[in-house]
Amino acid sequence: MSSESQEFLQQAEVITKDLRHRGLIQTALRKYEVARDKRKSAFGDWQSSRQAAAETKWEAINHLDKYLTEFADKLEARGTKVHWCSTPDQARDIIVKIIADKKARCVIKSKAMTAEEIHLNAAMEKAGFEVVESDLGEYIVQLRKEPPYHIVFPAMHLTRDDISDLFQKELGSAPTREPEELTMIARRALRKKYIQADVGITGANFAIAETGMISLTENEGNARLTAALPKTMITLLGIEKILPKMEDLALFLPMLATAGAGQTVTGYNTLYGGPKQPGEVDGPEEWHVVLLDNQRSILLADPEQRDSLHCIRCGACLNVCPIFRNVGGHTYGTTYSGPIGSVITPHLRGLQSWKHLSSSSSLCGACTETCPVKIDLHHHLLQNRRNASQEEPNAMEQTAYKAFGFVANRPGMWQVGKELARMFQPLHKFVLGTKLDPARAWTATRDVQPVAKESFKEWWQKHKAEKQAK
Amino acid sequence: MTVTLFVPCFVDALFPQVGINMVHILEKLGHRVECPEEIACCGQPAFNSGYWDEARCVAEPVLKRLKDSEAVVIASGSCGAMLKVFYPQLFADKPEAHAAHELSGKVWEFSDFLVKKLGVTDLGAKFPAKVTFHDGCHGLRELGIKSSPRKLLEKVQGLELIEMQDAETCCGFGGTFAAKFPMISTAMGEVKCASAKDTGADYIVSNDSSCLMHVQGLLSREGHKLKTLHLAEILGNQ
Repeated sequence: MSSESQEFLQQAEVITKDLRHRGLIQTALRKYEVARDKRKSAFGDWQSSRQAAAETKWEAINHLDKYLTEFADKLEARGTKVHWCSTPDQARDIIVKIIADKKARCVIKSKAMTAEEIHLNAAMEKAGFEVVESDLGEYIVQLRKEPPYHIVFPAMHLTRDDISDLFQKELGSAPTREPEELTMIARRALRKKYIQADVGITGANFAIAETGMISLTENEGNARLTAALPKTMITLLGIEKILPKMEDLALFLPMLATAGAGQTVTGYNTLYGGPKQPGEVDGPEEWHVVLLDNQRSILLADPEQRDSLHCIRCGACLNVCPIFRNVGGHTYGTTYSGPIGSVITPHLRGLQSWKHLSSSSSLCGACTETCPVKIDLHHHLLQNRRNASQEEPNAMEQTAYKAFGFVANRPGMWQVGKELARMFQPLHKFVLGTKLDPARAWTATRDVQPVAKESFKEWWQKHKAEKQAK
Repeated sequence: MTVTLFVPCFVDALFPQVGINMVHILEKLGHRVECPEEIACCGQPAFNSGYWDEARCVAEPVLKRLKDSEAVVIASGSCGAMLKVFYPQLFADKPEAHAAHELSGKVWEFSDFLVKKLGVTDLGAKFPAKVTFHDGCHGLRELGIKSSPRKLLEKVQGLELIEMQDAETCCGFGGTFAAKFPMISTAMGEVKCASAKDTGADYIVSNDSSCLMHVQGLLSREGHKLKTLHLAEILGNQ
């Protein structure tokens, strides 16, 4: 068992019993479901919209070479510097070098999961730069020195009281339970940082090939300030963010808002096409766009799971996932949690170390049903399980299934098995729930259904004989 | 018609009354019922754990034995999905691919078979109690079964169906998942039981005994009076 798997099991053991956590997340996500369903009805036909979105992403991903080149060419034509990075190391080095070349001290950053994926903040801090997250949720988890809990709602595991306590401790503010006041406390601290920052870093929600633009979606206006005030802007994005045409946003912006947060359209949607052009009065003087592969082209080469590159990081699959709702975001130990994280993390960071995430699913399919771009999420979990077992079978498990198959295909032995179970069942109560109990994983929390005195097949034989006698 | 019953391993050993009720219901409707006794399991545990070779070893005799069936009816959305949806994947590039596709078209989950294939909703059952229905995930999302069990319950005399919040949320069983990740499975089950208890129902009914085995296990341990029943047991109550 990998150390990642052991850690997952240990954390799951603790957090699944934390009823405060369970209540907090269930309540928040049930509210989300109500809002989402209300917004979904604003679409003429939600299912057709999902189909259209899936087809658009299919086109983008299956012609990624063409669209990425188009995107980069258009950006460069307006003076943007485009950097192509295969690995997280390359991306971190390039970004740190840009900041160092500018002799910058302070970096302001808006929310970007791709930056979490490559642990960019740690690299920048190690290089001696001060980095401040400008998204309120990200700012809160940064102050707590923890990773985001959820790809869209980084601080959803915290109550107003938790946040007030944190602000008192870290920012010296007065206690308050009012969301507006809490926001104002963060705003006062952050506004100073926007002015001080020499470099602004953003992610991207979409990259429009046709026009060479990135599209940024946010609710607080912080990404706009991050992009507009510092002299140098850096945007880091995964190569899968491509959309072929500007008009595709007409579907994808409301879809992202609806699926992700139960909103009609997110508060701020901004397109960025280049640095300050001659004759323009504002905007960053330099813009660097850093395109990250990090195993995405390996995923692209996998015809079964290629559609996981359709993901628009809306978080809808996390929101409906009963596993996520019970173990929470941090237990996964990954940048991307929930179903999409369980599908892609084995590809990004190694199948044998992360296969447990694909096993820790009841395969209920709620994720696949909700995904706005129709990624076949829960079936990909099955494929990951198959690939992991084929590559490195667990000897005990494999032997058990072989033995099961051997017995199942021999009715006489199967019958003996049932009779043995019936015979030994009365003895089970002496070890029930103890370490000697072979069924302890089940019996620690659940009663056992007794083996029937007469099995169906035993009854059937009598029934058949009675019928024949008539 | 001749209906071939596929009786899942856990139904055979733990819930024989589910199969017995199915036989009575189908025979009362005038159909000839057969049940291949040599079939023990669909192979889903090995399949879901990623051991596809071992799953095929169990599934091949099933394919062979059910080849000439007119209709195969299963009292479980989960095993139903295994035969109908996953066998074609399991045998995709194997010589049995065609047989798997052929079988897929003939496989029915019990409630869907009654409503959609036979066009029957009123079986003359009586069950004076308040019940809530749990949608098993495989039946719901792999086979698309939502309305059939409800149409059947609607016609049961004296029965009051009270829908729970999150009826479509997984109960946390998930086969081997329940044993590999018992803490998550249990937490999910507790959430499910809480939703069911809120309805004030006397019974949680489902078309999958595997979900119910898990839910009943939790309820019994807790000493709660809420009981679980398979849909066939309600429909067979004349």
